[in-house]
Amino acid sequence: MSMTMTQKILAAHAGLEKVEAGQLILVSLDRVLGNDITSPVAIKEFEKIGATGVYDKDKVTMVMDHFAPNKDIKAAAQCKMCRDFCDKHDVTHFYDVGQMGIEHALLPEKGLVVPGDVVIGADSHTCTYGALGAFSTGVGSTDMACGMATGKAWFKVPSAIKFVLKGKLNKYVSGKDVILHIIGKIGVDGALYRSMEFTGEGVQSLTVYDRLTISNMAIEAGAKNGIFEVDEQTVEYVKTHSDRDFVAYKADEDAVYDETYEIDLSEIKSTVAFPHLPENTKTFDEIGDVKIDQVVIGSCTNGHYKDLAEAAEILKGRKVAKRVRTIVIPATQDIYMKAVENGLVKIFIEAGCVVSTPTCGPCLGGYMGILTAGERAVATTNRNFVGRMGHVDSEVYLASPAVAAASAVMGKIADPMEVMK
Amino acid sequence: MIFNGKAIKYGDNVDTDVIIPARYLNTSDHKELASHCMEDIDKEFTSKVQAGDIMIAGNNFGCGSSREHAPIAIKASGISVVIAKSFARIFYRNSINIGLAIVECAEAVDGIADGDTVEADLDAGVIYNRTTGKSFQTQPFPEFIQKIIENGGLVASIQSGDVK
Repeated sequence: MSMTMTQKILAAHAGLEKVEAGQLILVSLDRVLGNDITSPVAIKEFEKIGATGVYDKDKVTMVMDHFAPNKDIKAAAQCKMCRDFCDKHDVTHFYDVGQMGIEHALLPEKGLVVPGDVVIGADSHTCTYGALGAFSTGVGSTDMACGMATGKAWFKVPSAIKFVLKGKLNKYVSGKDVILHIIGKIGVDGALYRSMEFTGEGVQSLTVYDRLTISNMAIEAGAKNGIFEVDEQTVEYVKTHSDRDFVAYKADEDAVYDETYEIDLSEIKSTVAFPHLPENTKTFDEIGDVKIDQVVIGSCTNGHYKDLAEAAEILKGRKVAKRVRTIVIPATQDIYMKAVENGLVKIFIEAGCVVSTPTCGPCLGGYMGILTAGERAVATTNRNFVGRMGHVDSEVYLASPAVAAASAVMGKIADPMEVMK
Repeated sequence: MIFNGKAIKYGDNVDTDVIIPARYLNTSDHKELASHCMEDIDKEFTSKVQAGDIMIAGNNFGCGSSREHAPIAIKASGISVVIAKSFARIFYRNSINIGLAIVECAEAVDGIADGDTVEADLDAGVIYNRTTGKSFQTQPFPEFIQKIIENGGLVASIQSGDVK
Protein backbone atom coordinates (compact mmCIF):
# COMPACT_ATOMS: atom_id res chain seq x y z
CA MET A 1 0.00 0.00 0.00
CA SER A 2 2.77 2.41 1.06
CA MET A 3 0.79 5.44 2.14
CA THR A 4 1.52 8.01 4.85
CA MET A 5 -1.06 8.71 7.59
CA THR A 6 -2.21 11.79 5.72
CA GLN A 7 -2.51 9.96 2.41
CA LYS A 8 -4.62 7.22 4.02
CA ILE A 9 -7.10 9.70 5.46
CA LEU A 10 -7.31 11.57 2.14
CA ALA A 11 -7.78 8.34 0.17
CA ALA A 12 -10.61 7.23 2.47
CA HIS A 13 -12.36 10.59 2.05
CA ALA A 14 -11.92 10.52 -1.72
CA GLY A 15 -13.37 7.00 -1.95
CA LEU A 16 -10.07 5.70 -3.33
CA GLU A 17 -8.06 2.61 -2.43
CA LYS A 18 -4.80 4.40 -2.89
CA VAL A 19 -3.48 7.91 -3.55
CA GLU A 20 -0.01 9.14 -4.42
CA ALA A 21 1.83 12.37 -3.72
CA GLY A 22 0.99 14.92 -6.41
CA GLN A 23 -2.40 13.40 -7.31
CA LEU A 24 -5.34 15.82 -7.45
CA ILE A 25 -8.37 14.51 -5.57
CA LEU A 26 -11.79 15.65 -4.43
CA VAL A 27 -12.50 14.81 -0.77
CA SER A 28 -15.56 14.86 1.50
CA LEU A 29 -15.32 17.19 4.45
CA ASP A 30 -16.20 16.29 8.04
CA ARG A 31 -16.06 19.92 9.12
CA VAL A 32 -15.83 23.37 7.51
CA LEU A 33 -14.69 26.11 9.89
CA GLY A 34 -14.53 29.88 9.76
CA ASN A 35 -14.01 32.79 12.13
CA ASP A 36 -15.27 36.38 12.35
CA ILE A 37 -12.60 37.66 9.93
CA THR A 38 -12.63 35.02 7.23
CA SER A 39 -16.31 34.01 7.31
CA PRO A 40 -17.71 37.36 6.09
CA VAL A 41 -15.63 37.03 2.90
CA ALA A 42 -16.81 33.41 2.57
CA ILE A 43 -20.45 34.34 3.14
CA LYS A 44 -20.28 36.88 0.29
CA GLU A 45 -18.81 34.23 -2.02
CA PHE A 46 -21.35 31.63 -0.81
CA GLU A 47 -24.15 33.97 -1.80
CA LYS A 48 -22.56 34.62 -5.21
CA ILE A 49 -22.48 30.88 -5.90
CA GLY A 50 -26.23 30.92 -5.41
CA ALA A 51 -26.23 28.04 -2.91
CA THR A 52 -29.58 27.67 -1.19
CA GLY A 53 -28.26 26.10 2.00
CA VAL A 54 -25.19 24.72 3.73
CA TYR A 55 -24.27 21.11 2.97
CA ASP A 56 -24.69 20.02 6.60
CA LYS A 57 -25.82 22.31 9.38
CA ASP A 58 -23.96 20.19 11.97
CA LYS A 59 -20.67 20.31 10.10
CA VAL A 60 -20.40 24.00 9.21
CA THR A 61 -18.84 25.73 12.21
CA MET A 62 -18.24 29.41 12.95
CA VAL A 63 -16.38 30.83 15.92
CA MET A 64 -16.31 34.54 16.76
CA ASP A 65 -12.82 34.79 18.24
CA HIS A 66 -10.50 37.15 16.38
CA PHE A 67 -12.01 40.55 17.07
CA ALA A 68 -14.64 39.39 19.58
CA PRO A 69 -15.91 40.64 22.01
CA ASN A 70 -16.27 43.18 19.20
CA LYS A 71 -13.29 45.50 19.13
CA ASP A 72 -14.98 48.21 17.07
CA ILE A 73 -18.03 48.95 14.94
CA LYS A 74 -16.64 47.24 11.83
CA ALA A 75 -15.81 44.11 13.84
CA ALA A 76 -19.36 44.19 15.25
CA ALA A 77 -20.74 44.30 11.70
CA GLN A 78 -18.59 41.31 10.70
CA CYS A 79 -19.81 39.25 13.69
CA LYS A 80 -23.40 40.25 12.93
CA MET A 81 -23.01 39.05 9.36
CA CYS A 82 -21.82 35.64 10.64
CA ARG A 83 -24.58 35.49 13.27
CA ASP A 84 -27.28 36.31 10.71
CA PHE A 85 -25.92 33.70 8.29
CA CYS A 86 -25.84 30.98 10.96
CA ASP A 87 -29.36 31.87 12.08
CA LYS A 88 -30.61 31.78 8.50
CA HIS A 89 -29.02 28.41 7.78
CA ASP A 90 -29.71 26.96 11.24
CA VAL A 91 -26.00 26.26 11.81
CA THR A 92 -25.66 24.17 14.99
CA HIS A 93 -22.09 25.04 15.87
CA PHE A 94 -22.06 28.81 15.92
CA TYR A 95 -20.01 30.06 18.87
CA ASP A 96 -20.54 33.65 19.93
CA VAL A 97 -19.38 35.63 22.97
CA GLY A 98 -20.30 33.62 26.07
CA GLN A 99 -19.78 30.23 24.43
CA MET A 100 -16.92 30.97 22.12
CA GLY A 101 -13.27 30.29 22.72
CA ILE A 102 -10.26 30.48 20.44
CA GLU A 103 -11.38 28.19 17.63
CA HIS A 104 -8.53 25.68 17.64
CA ALA A 105 -8.77 25.14 21.39
CA LEU A 106 -12.57 25.12 21.26
CA LEU A 107 -13.17 22.51 18.55
CA PRO A 108 -11.22 19.66 20.23
CA GLU A 109 -12.80 20.58 23.59
CA LYS A 110 -16.30 20.43 22.10
CA GLY A 111 -15.52 17.06 20.53
CA LEU A 112 -15.95 18.47 17.02
CA VAL A 113 -12.86 16.75 15.65
CA VAL A 114 -11.97 13.06 16.00
CA PRO A 115 -9.14 10.95 14.55
CA GLY A 116 -9.46 10.26 10.82
CA ASP A 117 -11.57 13.37 10.11
CA VAL A 118 -10.92 15.74 7.22
CA VAL A 119 -11.33 19.34 8.33
CA ILE A 120 -10.83 22.56 6.40
CA GLY A 121 -10.86 25.92 8.11
CA ALA A 122 -10.51 29.45 6.86
CA ASP A 123 -7.75 30.01 9.38
CA SER A 124 -4.18 28.93 8.84
CA HIS A 125 -3.91 27.30 12.28
CA THR A 126 -6.62 24.78 11.39
CA CYS A 127 -3.69 22.36 11.14
CA THR A 128 -3.92 22.09 14.96
CA TYR A 129 -6.25 19.05 14.85
CA GLY A 130 -3.52 16.88 13.38
CA ALA A 131 -2.64 16.36 17.04
CA LEU A 132 -5.73 14.15 17.26
CA GLY A 133 -4.86 12.14 14.16
CA ALA A 134 -7.13 14.10 11.82
CA PHE A 135 -6.22 15.66 8.48
CA SER A 136 -6.89 19.34 8.93
CA THR A 137 -5.61 22.29 6.99
CA GLY A 138 -6.08 26.01 6.53
CA VAL A 139 -7.75 27.36 3.41
CA GLY A 140 -9.06 30.71 2.26
CA SER A 141 -12.56 32.10 2.32
CA THR A 142 -13.45 30.97 -1.22
CA ASP A 143 -12.60 27.36 -0.34
CA MET A 144 -14.63 27.77 2.84
CA ALA A 145 -17.59 29.06 0.79
CA CYS A 146 -17.40 26.17 -1.68
CA GLY A 147 -16.93 23.75 1.24
CA MET A 148 -20.01 25.12 3.03
CA ALA A 149 -22.03 24.75 -0.16
CA THR A 150 -20.83 21.33 -1.34
CA GLY A 151 -19.10 19.58 1.57
CA LYS A 152 -16.15 18.95 -0.72
CA ALA A 153 -12.70 20.36 -1.39
CA TRP A 154 -9.97 19.52 -3.87
CA PHE A 155 -6.45 18.75 -2.73
CA LYS A 156 -3.12 17.88 -4.19
CA VAL A 157 -2.00 14.83 -2.20
CA PRO A 158 1.08 15.92 -0.23
CA SER A 159 4.34 14.08 0.27
CA ALA A 160 5.59 14.07 3.84
CA ILE A 161 8.45 14.59 6.24
CA LYS A 162 8.65 12.12 9.12
CA PHE A 163 9.68 13.14 12.61
CA VAL A 164 10.57 10.20 14.80
CA LEU A 165 10.43 11.33 18.41
CA LYS A 166 12.23 9.57 21.24
CA GLY A 167 12.96 10.30 24.88
CA LYS A 168 11.15 12.64 27.24
CA LEU A 169 11.04 16.40 27.71
CA ASN A 170 12.89 17.98 30.62
CA LYS A 171 11.18 20.09 33.30
CA TYR A 172 9.98 23.50 32.01
CA VAL A 173 10.34 22.34 28.39
CA SER A 174 7.09 21.77 26.48
CA GLY A 175 5.53 21.23 23.06
CA LYS A 176 6.23 24.87 22.12
CA ASP A 177 9.96 24.33 22.52
CA VAL A 178 9.73 21.19 20.37
CA ILE A 179 8.02 22.93 17.46
CA LEU A 180 10.22 26.05 17.69
CA HIS A 181 13.26 23.74 17.70
CA ILE A 182 11.96 21.98 14.58
CA ILE A 183 11.14 25.21 12.74
CA GLY A 184 14.59 26.54 13.66
CA LYS A 185 16.04 23.40 12.10
CA ILE A 186 14.02 23.16 8.87
CA GLY A 187 13.04 26.81 8.33
CA VAL A 188 9.75 28.61 7.68
CA ASP A 189 9.40 26.91 4.30
CA GLY A 190 11.07 23.65 5.34
CA ALA A 191 7.83 21.68 4.97
CA LEU A 192 6.24 23.77 2.20
CA TYR A 193 3.28 21.97 0.55
CA ARG A 194 4.07 18.84 2.58
CA SER A 195 2.81 16.94 5.62
CA MET A 196 4.72 16.75 8.87
CA GLU A 197 4.07 13.36 10.46
CA PHE A 198 5.04 12.73 14.07
CA THR A 199 5.70 9.23 15.26
CA GLY A 200 8.01 7.22 17.53
CA GLU A 201 7.94 6.17 21.18
CA GLY A 202 8.55 9.77 22.27
CA VAL A 203 5.02 10.72 21.19
CA GLN A 204 3.61 8.91 24.22
CA SER A 205 5.55 11.14 26.59
CA LEU A 206 3.87 14.24 25.11
CA THR A 207 0.48 15.26 26.46
CA VAL A 208 -2.33 15.84 23.96
CA TYR A 209 -1.92 19.56 24.69
CA ASP A 210 1.79 19.51 23.80
CA ARG A 211 0.80 17.79 20.56
CA LEU A 212 -1.89 20.40 19.84
CA THR A 213 0.79 23.10 20.19
CA ILE A 214 3.17 21.25 17.88
CA SER A 215 0.56 20.60 15.16
CA ASN A 216 -0.72 24.17 15.52
CA MET A 217 2.60 25.58 14.34
CA ALA A 218 3.14 23.14 11.44
CA ILE A 219 1.97 26.00 9.19
CA GLU A 220 4.90 28.05 10.49
CA ALA A 221 7.15 25.59 8.64
CA GLY A 222 4.94 25.98 5.56
CA ALA A 223 3.34 22.54 6.04
CA LYS A 224 -0.04 21.55 4.69
CA ASN A 225 -0.72 19.60 7.89
CA GLY A 226 1.04 18.28 10.97
CA ILE A 227 -0.28 14.96 12.18
CA PHE A 228 0.40 12.68 15.15
CA GLU A 229 -0.06 8.95 15.33
CA VAL A 230 -3.05 8.10 17.54
CA ASP A 231 -2.21 6.46 20.87
CA GLU A 232 -3.99 5.68 24.14
CA GLN A 233 -3.81 9.29 25.26
CA THR A 234 -5.49 10.47 22.06
CA VAL A 235 -8.23 7.87 22.44
CA GLU A 236 -8.84 8.85 26.06
CA TYR A 237 -8.99 12.54 25.15
CA VAL A 238 -11.35 11.98 22.24
CA LYS A 239 -13.66 9.67 24.19
CA THR A 240 -13.89 12.24 26.99
CA HIS A 241 -14.97 14.92 24.52
CA SER A 242 -16.95 13.11 21.81
CA ASP A 243 -19.34 10.21 21.31
CA ARG A 244 -18.49 9.83 17.63
CA ASP A 245 -16.90 6.71 16.17
CA PHE A 246 -13.51 7.26 14.65
CA VAL A 247 -10.75 5.59 12.69
CA ALA A 248 -7.11 5.81 13.76
CA TYR A 249 -4.96 5.69 10.62
CA LYS A 250 -1.37 4.52 10.78
CA ALA A 251 1.22 5.02 8.08
CA ASP A 252 2.17 1.88 6.18
CA GLU A 253 5.49 0.30 7.14
CA ASP A 254 6.79 0.98 3.64
CA ALA A 255 5.35 4.50 3.32
CA VAL A 256 7.73 6.81 1.49
CA TYR A 257 8.91 10.01 3.16
CA ASP A 258 10.88 12.84 1.54
CA GLU A 259 12.98 13.16 4.66
CA THR A 260 13.15 11.65 8.14
CA TYR A 261 14.35 13.47 11.27
CA GLU A 262 15.04 11.79 14.57
CA ILE A 263 14.38 14.05 17.50
CA ASP A 264 15.49 13.25 21.03
CA LEU A 265 13.05 15.15 23.24
CA SER A 266 15.44 15.01 26.20
CA GLU A 267 17.92 17.15 24.28
CA ILE A 268 15.48 19.97 23.55
CA LYS A 269 16.02 23.13 25.58
CA SER A 270 13.77 26.11 26.18
CA THR A 271 13.70 27.87 22.82
CA VAL A 272 12.79 31.43 21.82
CA ALA A 273 12.10 32.65 18.26
CA PHE A 274 13.52 36.13 17.76
CA PRO A 275 11.99 38.70 15.38
CA HIS A 276 10.84 38.56 12.65
CA LEU A 277 10.50 34.90 11.70
CA PRO A 278 9.62 31.79 13.72
CA GLU A 279 12.81 30.16 12.36
CA ASN A 280 15.09 32.66 14.14
CA THR A 281 15.38 30.44 17.18
CA LYS A 282 17.83 30.72 20.04
CA THR A 283 18.38 28.80 23.27
CA PHE A 284 19.40 30.51 26.51
CA ASP A 285 23.12 30.01 25.95
CA GLU A 286 22.71 32.35 22.95
CA ILE A 287 20.30 34.88 24.50
CA GLY A 288 21.73 37.96 26.15
CA ASP A 289 19.95 40.68 28.05
CA VAL A 290 16.72 41.39 26.14
CA LYS A 291 14.47 43.74 28.15
CA ILE A 292 10.73 43.48 27.51
CA ASP A 293 7.61 45.62 27.87
CA GLN A 294 4.84 43.05 27.59
CA VAL A 295 4.10 39.35 28.01
CA VAL A 296 1.15 37.56 26.40
CA ILE A 297 0.20 34.09 27.61
CA GLY A 298 -2.58 32.55 25.54
CA SER A 299 -3.62 32.05 21.86
CA CYS A 300 -4.61 28.95 19.87
CA THR A 301 -1.02 27.79 20.31
CA ASN A 302 -0.71 28.03 24.10
CA GLY A 303 -4.01 29.00 25.71
CA HIS A 304 -4.83 25.56 27.12
CA TYR A 305 -5.25 24.87 30.84
CA LYS A 306 -1.92 23.04 30.88
CA ASP A 307 -0.22 26.15 29.48
CA LEU A 308 -1.79 28.40 32.11
CA ALA A 309 -0.85 25.94 34.85
CA GLU A 310 2.79 25.96 33.71
CA ALA A 311 2.81 29.76 33.79
CA ALA A 312 1.06 29.82 37.18
CA GLU A 313 3.64 27.49 38.71
CA ILE A 314 6.27 30.12 37.98
CA LEU A 315 4.16 33.17 38.84
CA LYS A 316 2.86 31.77 42.14
CA GLY A 317 4.00 33.97 45.01
CA ARG A 318 5.98 36.19 42.64
CA LYS A 319 5.29 39.54 41.04
CA VAL A 320 5.69 40.48 37.40
CA ALA A 321 8.49 43.00 36.89
CA LYS A 322 7.68 46.68 37.05
CA ARG A 323 6.55 47.97 33.66
CA VAL A 324 5.94 44.55 32.13
CA ARG A 325 2.28 44.41 31.16
CA THR A 326 1.36 40.74 31.47
CA ILE A 327 -1.80 39.59 29.72
CA VAL A 328 -3.17 36.10 30.32
CA ILE A 329 -5.88 34.82 27.98
CA PRO A 330 -7.51 31.44 28.67
CA ALA A 331 -8.45 30.04 25.25
CA THR A 332 -11.98 28.89 26.10
CA GLN A 333 -14.69 29.46 28.69
CA ASP A 334 -14.12 25.98 30.17
CA ILE A 335 -10.41 26.67 30.54
CA TYR A 336 -11.25 30.05 32.09
CA MET A 337 -13.64 28.42 34.58
CA LYS A 338 -11.13 25.76 35.53
CA ALA A 339 -8.47 28.46 35.99
CA VAL A 340 -10.83 30.30 38.34
CA GLU A 341 -11.82 27.18 40.28
CA ASN A 342 -8.26 25.95 40.71
CA GLY A 343 -6.92 29.29 41.87
CA LEU A 344 -4.84 30.08 38.76
CA VAL A 345 -6.62 33.34 38.12
CA LYS A 346 -5.92 34.42 41.72
CA ILE A 347 -2.22 33.61 41.23
CA PHE A 348 -2.14 35.66 38.01
CA ILE A 349 -3.93 38.66 39.48
CA GLU A 350 -1.82 38.63 42.65
CA ALA A 351 1.28 38.54 40.47
CA GLY A 352 0.10 41.67 38.66
CA CYS A 353 -1.23 40.11 35.44
CA VAL A 354 -4.55 40.88 33.76
CA VAL A 355 -6.78 37.97 32.78
CA SER A 356 -8.91 38.46 29.66
CA THR A 357 -11.88 36.53 28.32
CA PRO A 358 -11.04 34.31 25.32
CA THR A 359 -9.92 36.16 22.18
CA CYS A 360 -7.20 35.99 19.53
CA GLY A 361 -6.84 39.80 20.04
CA PRO A 362 -3.16 40.59 20.64
CA CYS A 363 -1.66 37.63 18.74
CA LEU A 364 -2.46 39.21 15.40
CA GLY A 365 -2.27 42.83 16.52
CA GLY A 366 -6.04 43.14 16.66
CA TYR A 367 -6.58 44.56 20.13
CA MET A 368 -6.10 43.73 23.86
CA GLY A 369 -2.38 44.42 23.99
CA ILE A 370 -1.04 46.30 20.97
CA LEU A 371 2.61 47.38 20.97
CA THR A 372 3.93 50.79 19.98
CA ALA A 373 7.26 51.64 18.31
CA GLY A 374 10.29 50.25 20.09
CA GLU A 375 8.35 47.92 22.38
CA ARG A 376 9.09 44.23 22.85
CA ALA A 377 6.82 41.38 23.87
CA VAL A 378 7.46 37.79 24.82
CA ALA A 379 4.40 35.90 23.64
CA THR A 380 3.24 32.29 23.65
CA THR A 381 1.65 33.01 20.26
CA ASN A 382 2.72 31.68 16.88
CA ARG A 383 4.02 34.50 14.65
CA ASN A 384 6.58 37.23 15.12
CA PHE A 385 6.37 38.87 11.70
CA VAL A 386 6.98 42.61 11.24
CA GLY A 387 4.08 44.49 12.83
CA ARG A 388 2.35 41.29 13.97
CA MET A 389 1.43 42.67 17.42
CA GLY A 390 1.19 46.33 16.48
CA HIS A 391 3.70 48.93 15.31
CA VAL A 392 6.12 47.95 12.54
CA ASP A 393 8.97 48.90 14.87
CA SER A 394 7.80 46.63 17.69
CA GLU A 395 9.15 43.14 18.31
CA VAL A 396 7.62 39.79 19.25
CA TYR A 397 9.63 36.94 20.77
CA LEU A 398 7.86 33.57 20.62
CA ALA A 399 8.25 31.28 23.60
CA SER A 400 6.62 28.65 25.82
CA PRO A 401 4.28 29.56 28.70
CA ALA A 402 7.09 28.76 31.19
CA VAL A 403 9.55 31.09 29.43
CA ALA A 404 6.88 33.78 29.08
CA ALA A 405 6.07 33.62 32.80
CA ALA A 406 9.73 33.65 33.80
CA SER A 407 10.30 36.61 31.47
CA ALA A 408 7.39 38.50 33.04
CA VAL A 409 8.99 38.05 36.47
CA MET A 410 12.50 39.05 35.36
CA GLY A 411 11.53 41.89 33.01
CA LYS A 412 13.70 40.36 30.31
CA ILE A 413 13.69 37.16 28.31
CA ALA A 414 14.39 34.62 31.01
CA ASP A 415 14.96 30.91 31.49
CA PRO A 416 12.39 29.33 33.85
CA MET A 417 15.29 27.41 35.44
CA GLU A 418 16.80 30.73 36.50
CA VAL A 419 13.60 31.84 38.25
CA MET A 420 12.82 28.48 39.85
CA LYS A 421 16.31 27.55 41.08
CA MET B 1 -3.34 36.28 -20.97
CA ILE B 2 -0.47 38.73 -21.44
CA PHE B 3 0.35 41.26 -18.76
CA ASN B 4 2.67 44.25 -19.07
CA GLY B 5 3.95 46.37 -16.24
CA LYS B 6 6.72 47.72 -14.11
CA ALA B 7 8.39 45.32 -11.67
CA ILE B 8 8.02 46.01 -7.96
CA LYS B 9 10.44 43.71 -6.18
CA TYR B 10 10.61 42.29 -2.64
CA GLY B 11 12.67 39.62 -0.85
CA ASP B 12 12.02 36.24 0.76
CA ASN B 13 9.21 35.33 3.20
CA VAL B 14 6.91 38.27 2.48
CA ASP B 15 4.15 37.33 4.94
CA THR B 16 0.44 37.98 4.90
CA ASP B 17 0.75 40.32 7.90
CA VAL B 18 2.81 42.77 5.85
CA ILE B 19 0.72 42.26 2.71
CA ILE B 20 -2.35 43.32 4.69
CA PRO B 21 -1.92 43.92 8.43
CA ALA B 22 -4.56 42.30 10.65
CA ARG B 23 -5.56 45.69 12.06
CA TYR B 24 -7.35 46.29 8.74
CA LEU B 25 -9.19 42.95 8.69
CA ASN B 26 -12.29 44.48 10.20
CA THR B 27 -13.37 45.06 6.60
CA SER B 28 -13.57 42.96 3.46
CA ASP B 29 -13.92 45.98 1.14
CA HIS B 30 -11.43 45.43 -1.68
CA LYS B 31 -10.49 49.10 -2.22
CA GLU B 32 -10.04 49.71 1.48
CA LEU B 33 -7.82 46.64 1.79
CA ALA B 34 -5.78 47.77 -1.24
CA SER B 35 -5.21 51.18 0.36
CA HIS B 36 -3.15 49.47 3.11
CA CYS B 37 -1.44 46.85 0.95
CA MET B 38 2.27 46.28 1.78
CA GLU B 39 2.36 49.38 4.01
CA ASP B 40 4.34 47.73 6.81
CA ILE B 41 7.30 46.91 4.55
CA ASP B 42 6.88 49.54 1.82
CA LYS B 43 5.09 52.77 2.64
CA GLU B 44 5.48 53.91 -0.99
CA PHE B 45 3.75 50.88 -2.50
CA THR B 46 0.21 52.23 -2.71
CA SER B 47 1.38 55.52 -4.23
CA LYS B 48 3.77 54.00 -6.77
CA VAL B 49 1.78 50.96 -7.96
CA GLN B 50 0.03 51.35 -11.31
CA ALA B 51 -2.57 49.12 -12.91
CA GLY B 52 -0.83 46.17 -14.56
CA ASP B 53 2.37 46.33 -12.50
CA ILE B 54 4.07 43.04 -11.71
CA MET B 55 5.16 42.03 -8.22
CA ILE B 56 8.41 40.06 -7.96
CA ALA B 57 9.47 38.23 -4.80
CA GLY B 58 11.74 35.54 -3.41
CA ASN B 59 10.90 32.32 -1.59
CA ASN B 60 7.77 31.52 0.44
CA PHE B 61 5.73 34.55 -0.68
CA GLY B 62 2.48 34.90 1.26
CA CYS B 63 3.49 32.81 4.27
CA GLY B 64 1.44 33.02 7.44
CA SER B 65 -2.26 33.58 7.70
CA SER B 66 -4.98 32.11 5.48
CA ARG B 67 -6.54 35.54 5.02
CA GLU B 68 -7.88 35.81 1.48
CA HIS B 69 -7.71 39.54 2.11
CA ALA B 70 -3.98 39.30 1.19
CA PRO B 71 -4.32 38.32 -2.50
CA ILE B 72 -7.48 40.48 -2.67
CA ALA B 73 -5.47 43.53 -1.51
CA ILE B 74 -2.70 42.84 -4.04
CA LYS B 75 -5.14 42.36 -6.91
CA ALA B 76 -7.25 45.38 -5.97
CA SER B 77 -4.10 47.53 -5.81
CA GLY B 78 -3.65 46.94 -9.55
CA ILE B 79 -0.96 44.23 -9.56
CA SER B 80 -1.58 41.95 -12.56
CA VAL B 81 0.66 39.04 -11.66
CA VAL B 82 2.98 37.99 -8.83
CA ILE B 83 6.16 36.16 -9.83
CA ALA B 84 8.04 34.51 -6.94
CA LYS B 85 10.58 31.76 -6.36
CA SER B 86 7.98 29.92 -4.28
CA PHE B 87 4.63 30.60 -2.62
CA ALA B 88 3.15 29.54 0.70
CA ARG B 89 0.47 26.98 -0.11
CA ILE B 90 -2.64 28.66 1.29
CA PHE B 91 -1.70 31.91 -0.44
CA TYR B 92 -1.18 30.07 -3.73
CA ARG B 93 -4.60 28.44 -3.51
CA ASN B 94 -6.30 31.66 -2.46
CA SER B 95 -4.72 33.61 -5.32
CA ILE B 96 -6.06 31.21 -7.95
CA ASN B 97 -9.43 31.14 -6.21
CA ILE B 98 -9.80 34.93 -6.34
CA GLY B 99 -8.32 35.24 -9.83
CA LEU B 100 -4.90 36.72 -9.08
CA ALA B 101 -2.32 35.35 -11.50
CA ILE B 102 0.74 33.92 -9.77
CA VAL B 103 3.80 32.28 -11.26
CA GLU B 104 6.68 30.34 -9.72
CA CYS B 105 9.90 31.09 -11.60
CA ALA B 106 13.17 31.47 -9.69
CA GLU B 107 15.20 32.41 -12.81
CA ALA B 108 12.84 35.27 -13.66
CA VAL B 109 13.02 36.57 -10.09
CA ASP B 110 16.83 36.61 -10.25
CA GLY B 111 16.72 38.17 -13.73
CA ILE B 112 14.34 41.04 -12.97
CA ALA B 113 15.30 44.16 -11.00
CA ASP B 114 12.97 46.58 -9.25
CA GLY B 115 11.65 49.05 -11.83
CA ASP B 116 12.31 46.86 -14.90
CA THR B 117 9.54 46.66 -17.49
CA VAL B 118 8.19 43.12 -17.71
CA GLU B 119 5.84 41.20 -19.96
CA ALA B 120 4.27 37.99 -18.66
CA ASP B 121 2.56 35.68 -21.15
CA LEU B 122 0.87 33.13 -18.92
CA ASP B 123 -0.63 31.07 -21.74
CA ALA B 124 2.81 30.45 -23.23
CA GLY B 125 4.59 30.46 -19.86
CA VAL B 126 7.06 33.12 -21.00
CA ILE B 127 8.27 36.01 -18.87
CA TYR B 128 10.12 38.69 -20.83
CA ASN B 129 12.21 41.42 -19.22
CA ARG B 130 11.88 44.32 -21.70
CA THR B 131 14.51 46.35 -19.89
CA THR B 132 17.27 43.73 -20.26
CA GLY B 133 15.91 41.79 -23.22
CA LYS B 134 16.09 38.49 -21.36
CA SER B 135 13.27 35.99 -21.35
CA PHE B 136 12.44 33.15 -18.97
CA GLN B 137 10.41 30.01 -19.52
CA THR B 138 7.98 28.76 -16.92
CA GLN B 139 5.11 26.26 -16.74
CA PRO B 140 2.07 27.69 -18.52
CA PHE B 141 -1.18 27.53 -16.53
CA PRO B 142 -3.39 24.58 -17.42
CA GLU B 143 -6.50 25.70 -19.28
CA PHE B 144 -8.91 25.42 -16.35
CA ILE B 145 -6.69 27.65 -14.19
CA GLN B 146 -6.43 30.14 -17.09
CA LYS B 147 -10.23 30.21 -17.18
CA ILE B 148 -10.48 30.84 -13.43
CA ILE B 149 -8.04 33.78 -13.70
CA GLU B 150 -9.81 35.18 -16.79
CA ASN B 151 -13.20 34.93 -15.09
CA GLY B 152 -11.88 36.67 -12.01
CA GLY B 153 -11.94 33.74 -9.61
CA LEU B 154 -13.36 30.33 -8.76
CA VAL B 155 -16.82 31.52 -7.81
CA ALA B 156 -17.12 33.58 -11.00
CA SER B 157 -16.02 30.51 -12.94
CA ILE B 158 -18.68 28.40 -11.28
CA GLN B 159 -21.23 31.09 -12.18
CA SER B 160 -20.07 31.20 -15.78
CA GLY B 161 -20.16 27.40 -16.03
CA ASP B 162 -16.42 27.06 -16.71
CA VAL B 163 -15.97 25.12 -13.48
CA LYS B 164 -18.59 22.58 -12.59
